[in-house]
Amino acid sequence: MSVRRLAAEQPEGFAFTPENLEWAKAQIKKYPDGRQASAVLPILWRAQEQVGGWLPEPALRYVADMLGIAYIRVYEIATFYTMFNLAPVGRYYVQVCGTTPCWLRGADAIKDTCRKMIGAPGHVTNDGLFSWTEVECLGACVNAPMAQINKDYYEDLTPESLTWIFENLKAGRHVEPGPQNGRQASAPLGGPITLLDPELYRHEEPDEKTHAPALTDDEPKRPGAAANQRDRATPKPPLAKGRKPRPK
Amino acid sequence: MMLKDKDRIFKNLYGLRSWRLKAARARGAWDGTKQMIERGHEAIIEEVKASGLRGRGGAGFPTGLKWSFMPAKSDGRPNYLVVNADESEPGTCKDRDIMRHDPQLLIEGAFLASFAMQAHVSYIYIRGEFIREREILQAAIDEAYDARLIGNNNVNGWDFDLYLHHGAGAYICGEETALLESLEGKKGMPRLKPPFPANVGLYGAPTTVNNVETIAVVPDILRRGATWFASLGRPNNTGTKLFCLSGHVNTPCNVEEEMGVPLRELIDRYGGGVRSGWDNLLAVIPGGSSVPCIPANECDDLPMDFDSLKALKTGLGTAAVIIMDKSTDIIRAISRLSYFYKHESCGQCTPCREGTGWMWRVLERMAKGEAEKAEIDMLLDVSYQVEGHTICALGDAAAWPVQGLIRHFRHVIEQRIDAQAAKPIAPSVPVAAE
Repeated sequence: MSVRRLAAEQPEGFAFTPENLEWAKAQIKKYPDGRQASAVLPILWRAQEQVGGWLPEPALRYVADMLGIAYIRVYEIATFYTMFNLAPVGRYYVQVCGTTPCWLRGADAIKDTCRKMIGAPGHVTNDGLFSWTEVECLGACVNAPMAQINKDYYEDLTPESLTWIFENLKAGRHVEPGPQNGRQASAPLGGPITLLDPELYRHEEPDEKTHAPALTDDEPKRPGAAANQRDRATPKPPLAKGRKPRPK
Repeated sequence: MMLKDKDRIFKNLYGLRSWRLKAARARGAWDGTKQMIERGHEAIIEEVKASGLRGRGGAGFPTGLKWSFMPAKSDGRPNYLVVNADESEPGTCKDRDIMRHDPQLLIEGAFLASFAMQAHVSYIYIRGEFIREREILQAAIDEAYDARLIGNNNVNGWDFDLYLHHGAGAYICGEETALLESLEGKKGMPRLKPPFPANVGLYGAPTTVNNVETIAVVPDILRRGATWFASLGRPNNTGTKLFCLSGHVNTPCNVEEEMGVPLRELIDRYGGGVRSGWDNLLAVIPGGSSVPCIPANECDDLPMDFDSLKALKTGLGTAAVIIMDKSTDIIRAISRLSYFYKHESCGQCTPCREGTGWMWRVLERMAKGEAEKAEIDMLLDVSYQVEGHTICALGDAAAWPVQGLIRHFRHVIEQRIDAQAAKPIAPSVPVAAE
């Protein structure tokens, strides 16, 4: 357990934007009648995204009113679940995994890098860009050490590559998430040694063999739109192809 | 003997190919699903029982048997299938690859499992941190709806709605009743059992909670037959399994292998060997952080399956193998796990809430050698007082790594205490009261 309290300074009020309100109402419909409280985690998460990475107290009351549950029930949820930040965070919120599998592969050095580049855990840099914290296992253990920056996992980190990521983010440049040493996802460094039998894929069409960019849920999908139709005008660039593993 | 590629279920484990429906179907997903439904729900449960599939989430409970606990005739309440995608066990990162690279296997599995248990609605509870995975899985669910593979009046002939729900950072929500509490919009605090979820689960209705990997292998078992699945591994430990190799190996990775694959082969073939060679191995945690570690001398000829590991007083768990070489400070490694359990205890039961922190603080002192030898037995004793005295298994999971440490590395703790005691006493610096 960890002690978590609401921030001392709180904004005046909170209300969902019309888009988020519509999205929240759609979420409630996923659950049976009278079970709208089930939607509290996704809706709180959306509120946190709208505020910019943390949950102010007025948002808790707003969500409680929306779902028709007691304020205390939402307070206790916000303090129980550690992904809800109860105080402001940097625009780039860095969560470094420090649990044993990452620790074995050098998470301490990653934390030192964060201390050097950002400061103490929880401290927001003066430009408002960065803050960091140590978290428990993020579930990318074969790609240790790793850190989550906002929504993305940055894996197979070294102090050097993390410094490089911070510098790029600071300069406003996009950094490709995923393994930073050229690995393909959870395959061994140097390339997979299984799943090489072409017979497995003989029914695939050539255009299907490429890596398709992921959809995002940043915006709600239009009702009735095909699943692969993106709402965003500018799609994210596909994953970098032909990246060579960095020499050891 | 390496598992043949044709016997692998997860053909896009590494995401080298598209996760989209069209590509997934080209790899075999949703092939003949309607015919499987036509065989009837009892036949599906029998087939899964015959395959010997045991739950892939850690406990290894026989899946077909678990499904058969669900009431076949409704008393007015609906049946639910809930898929546990709250993958948070340190060392484990297999479900993430299924959801981001082969989501249709999970969706088809959820459909078939729901039919087997006569459920029309299923929820997938994915951990909150898996944001990109959630986006892909939701898009894949939308694709399945658009292709009318699921939904009302779908082409497969069983009305089925699948909803994706997410958590917000709590390891305890991987415990099935805590997960149900969380899904109902409460704090993730485990429920007392009985009543078991198969009688009173989600919203008070009969519910079965299954791990992602368990559900995702079901379509292939039904397509290729229980005999194919049961022919892999050995009796009571059948099929293939996703292994996660992390820690001090040259090439950490995920890999699908046959159940019972020798540990050394896993490490040498896929992990590229222990750093600086096999002789440099210190210990292995074979099944995720919750199971006790085993020392190197027990690793030489060790088949990785439920029963072999149980015989060594450890467990297969989630098959997340954490490898530690001789550079590891084993006391600190286990102490860090104790900190994890302290952080993740929900605080409901006193032995766990107080015991996890207590064990962590003692281990931190032992890591520095600032302890008495008598405290080793006291620590062991406390771990037994936590184990089995809590509502859920988190108390057990917090106690086992400590017990494993003391069972196999008591001498390391003692040496450290001796070394610290042998140091000349530093002149005391007066400090103000804290």
